[in-house]
Amino acid sequence: MQEMSNTTTDIGEFEENTGEPEHRTRSRIWQGIFWVALIGFLLIAPALLYPVFVMQLLCFALFAAAFNLLIGFTGLLSFGHAAFFGGAAYIAGHALKVWGFPPLLGIATGTLFAAALGWAVGSLAIRRQGIYFAMITLALAQIVYFLVLQLPFTGGEDGLQGIPRGHLLGFIDLNQPLAMYYTVAAIFLIGFLVIYRIIHSPFGQVLLAIRENEPRALSLGYNVDRFKLLAFVLSAALAGLAGSTKALVFQFASLTDAHWQMSGEVILMTLLGGMGTIFGPVVGAFVVVALQHALSGIGSWVQVVIGGTFIACVLLFRRGIVGELARLLKINSL
Amino acid sequence: MDPMIRLILAQGMLGLNNGVFYAMLSLGLAVIFGLLNVVNFAHGALYMLGAFLALILYSYAGAWVGLDALHIGFWPALILAPLLVACFGMLIERFMLRRLYKLDPIYSLLLTFGVTLVLQGLFINFFNASGTPYPGMPESLRGVVNLGFMMFPKYRLFVIIFSIIVCFAVWYMIERTRIGSRLRAGTENPELVKAFGINVPLMVMLTFGFGTGLAGLAGVLAAPIYSVSPLMGANLIIVIFAVVVIGGMGSIAGAVLTGFALGLVEGITKVFYAPAANTVIFLLMVIVLLVRPNGLFGRQS
Repeated sequence: MQEMSNTTTDIGEFEENTGEPEHRTRSRIWQGIFWVALIGFLLIAPALLYPVFVMQLLCFALFAAAFNLLIGFTGLLSFGHAAFFGGAAYIAGHALKVWGFPPLLGIATGTLFAAALGWAVGSLAIRRQGIYFAMITLALAQIVYFLVLQLPFTGGEDGLQGIPRGHLLGFIDLNQPLAMYYTVAAIFLIGFLVIYRIIHSPFGQVLLAIRENEPRALSLGYNVDRFKLLAFVLSAALAGLAGSTKALVFQFASLTDAHWQMSGEVILMTLLGGMGTIFGPVVGAFVVVALQHALSGIGSWVQVVIGGTFIACVLLFRRGIVGELARLLKINSL
Repeated sequence: MDPMIRLILAQGMLGLNNGVFYAMLSLGLAVIFGLLNVVNFAHGALYMLGAFLALILYSYAGAWVGLDALHIGFWPALILAPLLVACFGMLIERFMLRRLYKLDPIYSLLLTFGVTLVLQGLFINFFNASGTPYPGMPESLRGVVNLGFMMFPKYRLFVIIFSIIVCFAVWYMIERTRIGSRLRAGTENPELVKAFGINVPLMVMLTFGFGTGLAGLAGVLAAPIYSVSPLMGANLIIVIFAVVVIGGMGSIAGAVLTGFALGLVEGITKVFYAPAANTVIFLLMVIVLLVRPNGLFGRQS
């Protein structure tokens, strides 16, 4: 049988290019353009688009970027990320609603919970490699789903409703749409910067080495399992940050947030935008969320469209939108 | 008989009945994984397709060709539906999966996930999402048999015996016959097998068709027991993944035995603590991962 852990990964097709400074300068310029565009969009978006839509978009973009940290930069396919997103949404919602936590503390509680859950799931899942890793994370996430369905405080099929938005730092009323929007934009930007820093840190370089060739990273003396676990915990925590924020914005946590279909959606966002790219997940989330809004009138045909997009991406478009763009611009990372 | 033992036996039988489906589906997954190194996420959806084909053959197919009185019953469906599912599977293999073999196996998982969403979405659109009962259960299998400790539906007993025979036949074919030895050789070294003049791409396509056909067969068997619904395979496939992680996909017999055993465990859990019944398999998976990370029947990786 073919050894799975040794098959060469094709994820992202991202290569560190050290020899050509001209490439790197070009790369930096284009990255700069993307950063300016992103921050510009964050600032003026509420004037152009419906704020709730943009906030939903930002929550999913952060979720997808957190997921990309694993699939794109460590080479691990988690099929259970909805557990962290949805689980954190419920815990944050409960902290805000029942314990009366202020907004930021509520979000922090959800994020910490996701990190702890990520540690538990991650330490089990990294005991197997490749395709088994995906199946284990999916099965473990299903336990979380059943817990969310059956535990007394989650509201079962109805979800957790009526989560108060409260006052940021005690004096900014988050029921004001713009106050809520800029809070979410700030959370997104901080989360995204954290991910950017992780990718470009020495730690991130080791993760890339693991993605490219795990046995080799091991033979160089890196404790591969610890790196993988830490990457998993970070990714889960950031997914939890996204889920907690979404619970605060929409004032409810629902079963769909924890369902395996959500895990599938975040994979699609990342795949469509470009696995292993910096801005890909944001672009992918934008396209998928916009698509869902545009197609909301046709009911369950949306699932067919999403499934069809999945098939098309895997067969024809594995680099994703940003990955293809980077190839056209002849730069290494975008 | 002690009522507790009676209850355990009764729930055990019902659990075994679920185990039938775990065994047949993980068998199909293992056959496919063995040769193609592909984890077929669409296996649950193809099981659903098999059940729907049985329903369509009975309730709609006659009307479509203008013969309102024609109902294609259970026995013909038991052959026709798996064949149709196998054909569908072979089309997926030929036109989609084949292009992904050189890549990381996660791409084929993602592709089959996409196929799952498309199939589910289509059937939700055309049929009732909450399920339709299958009206075509054959007369000869209606009623109950007395097992001494419980009255057991005759049809369910038939399903248990029939699927044990199918699983044994598949195991025998793969482990003990010439076709099986070629298949296993193709797993070990496809280039060498090609050099012996065996058409490996064809063999791969037929194997995928065979594995998906087994899923279709399980679907037909399930149709009279559960109601036929577009989502019937969705949660099942995740349980099957856990079964496969516990058993290890390397062994055909291992996949089958794990499937039956876990159905039994799940049934008996219902006696002692019913709310845990739908998570017990996942919890067992956690324990197996801690104790024997390669699975009960898995080879050292």
